[in-house]
Amino acid sequence: MPDRTFAPSRIWIYLVVSLIAAAWLAPLAVVVLNSLRTNEEIAQGSMIGWPQHLAWSNYAAAWSGFCVAETCAGIRPYMLNSALITIPATIFSTLLGAVAGYAVSLWRFRGDTWIYGIVTLGLFLPQQMRLLPWTIVLRDIGLINTLAGLVLIHTIQGLSFTTLFCRNYYVAIPHELIRAARIDGAGFFRIFWRIILPLSGPILIVTVIWQFTHIWNEFLYGVTFTTGQQQPVTAALIALSAAVADIPQHGVQSAAVIIAALPTLLIYLLGGKYFVRGLTAGAVK
Amino acid sequence: MSNAAAIRPGRPALPEWVRRLPEYLTIWVPLLLSAAHLVSFSLWTIWISFTPSTLIPVTGWVGLRNYTAVAASRNWQIAFDNLLLFGCAFVVLSAATGLILAILLDQRIRGENVLRSIFLYPLAVSFVVTGTVWSWLLNPGLGIQKLVHDLGWTSFRFDWLIDRDMAIWTIVIAAIWQSSGFAMALFLAGLRSVDADIIKAAQIDGAGPVRIYRRIILPSLWPITITVVVIQLQFAISTFDLVRALTNGGPGIATQLPALVVYDLMFQRSLLGRGAAAAVLMLLILLAVLLPYAAWRYLQRRRAAHA
Repeated sequence: MPDRTFAPSRIWIYLVVSLIAAAWLAPLAVVVLNSLRTNEEIAQGSMIGWPQHLAWSNYAAAWSGFCVAETCAGIRPYMLNSALITIPATIFSTLLGAVAGYAVSLWRFRGDTWIYGIVTLGLFLPQQMRLLPWTIVLRDIGLINTLAGLVLIHTIQGLSFTTLFCRNYYVAIPHELIRAARIDGAGFFRIFWRIILPLSGPILIVTVIWQFTHIWNEFLYGVTFTTGQQQPVTAALIALSAAVADIPQHGVQSAAVIIAALPTLLIYLLGGKYFVRGLTAGAVK
Repeated sequence: MSNAAAIRPGRPALPEWVRRLPEYLTIWVPLLLSAAHLVSFSLWTIWISFTPSTLIPVTGWVGLRNYTAVAASRNWQIAFDNLLLFGCAFVVLSAATGLILAILLDQRIRGENVLRSIFLYPLAVSFVVTGTVWSWLLNPGLGIQKLVHDLGWTSFRFDWLIDRDMAIWTIVIAAIWQSSGFAMALFLAGLRSVDADIIKAAQIDGAGPVRIYRRIILPSLWPITITVVVIQLQFAISTFDLVRALTNGGPGIATQLPALVVYDLMFQRSLLGRGAAAAVLMLLILLAVLLPYAAWRYLQRRRAAHA
């Protein structure tokens, strides 16, 4: 745009915006800097400071060295747990949500508005209302304290979001397209595979990013349904801060925090546009 | 519906419903699982809240006794007061911050994309991570207060984290930092959708930028404002991870919130009936926010349909 200028009268806008941006970046900067300072260095001063020399060893210790409870394998096993929960749950909930969204928007069947209405109520129902039933169900089917149990929960609960996202995207596809394909003899699956899926690129990216971010960052179910070696990284971080409360290791802890936040931060940096689209799509409901 | 497959030669004719079974299963199984778990789990939790369950769920009926016990407990009362304070302060301040950020970014400034990314990145990070980081920054012996002391101003005090009366404000600060960007994104979309012709007409009439904002742009934002407020309230009501990582409800129980009370009753004190009652109370608080919003949305849509 032509009038994006640095006119002197507008300098205050840049000043205010830069100050706020600095405040927003400050916590990230503090953790990144701390992750490169030794524990002793932090203990002598404060958490806010410039590294005297770069202590990269914090990252090695955080990744595979320090101890949570009795095991000293660092954050690696918990990162692996989170990946093994998040990746399958994201794929399952996105695929099932795409099919369900297609079914309720374009295929239409008896009772579709009703069932869709109930499914979207899942966006609002607090997790606390599902905690006890999930505990009992997971125990009865033998999936308590397993990664598979969390995959199951996140797949079923994620359906509310994924179905909504996909349905709202698919309603814009002209019905004539589907009708014509049906007259040509194409069935439910063929239409999905040949017509819907090739059109779904943007919404699938939005859905995958949304699901991945939410499941990776989820804490309550992780801490409730798993213990010890089965915990996702969010629950392990809390256990870590509790474990080191006596002898703080802030350098190593900062590195662990960075590692735990890295997957979703990277996805945000790479797919920011789609991330924001998911946020606002979830908001409009 | 064409029956092409059924009359194709060389293939046994299957009944229509058998032929379409995979399709029915694919459509219904996920949707039914999702809907059934929502309905049955809600009813199940409500049922448990009326039973004398403690360590394990048992049958029996105690009426509203779990509810009165929860409502009478100091833990819940503090949590409820905190929720009122936290909910109001957080919603108002984050909406205001988001609006200011949106207006600033709407001034056709350079680097808008970078700035927007900066204000939104906290939303990509888990509350456990941000809560942990804020607990370090706000810890008087480690963070901002320690830094200022080390710089020589030793009478400086910023110890809200360990101050019973102020600790809840540390959660407000962290929550504002984490989710003002969300309000900004919605407001910015609203600002960009204001009719440019109306603004141009006002400019020709000699209206300055402040007047244009106050008279034309801001009034058109109020539907978005309501959406922002409702979504942020929904977040406030279910806040758990952030408090868990930042204060863990402390000092003492000064920053207790309903979601923490539920978890505490269910899994630390093994009082399942009371925990379920507290969860239902949370749901009722949420409904007190969402039902008026749904009614308002319904009226708006009907008005739009008639217009």
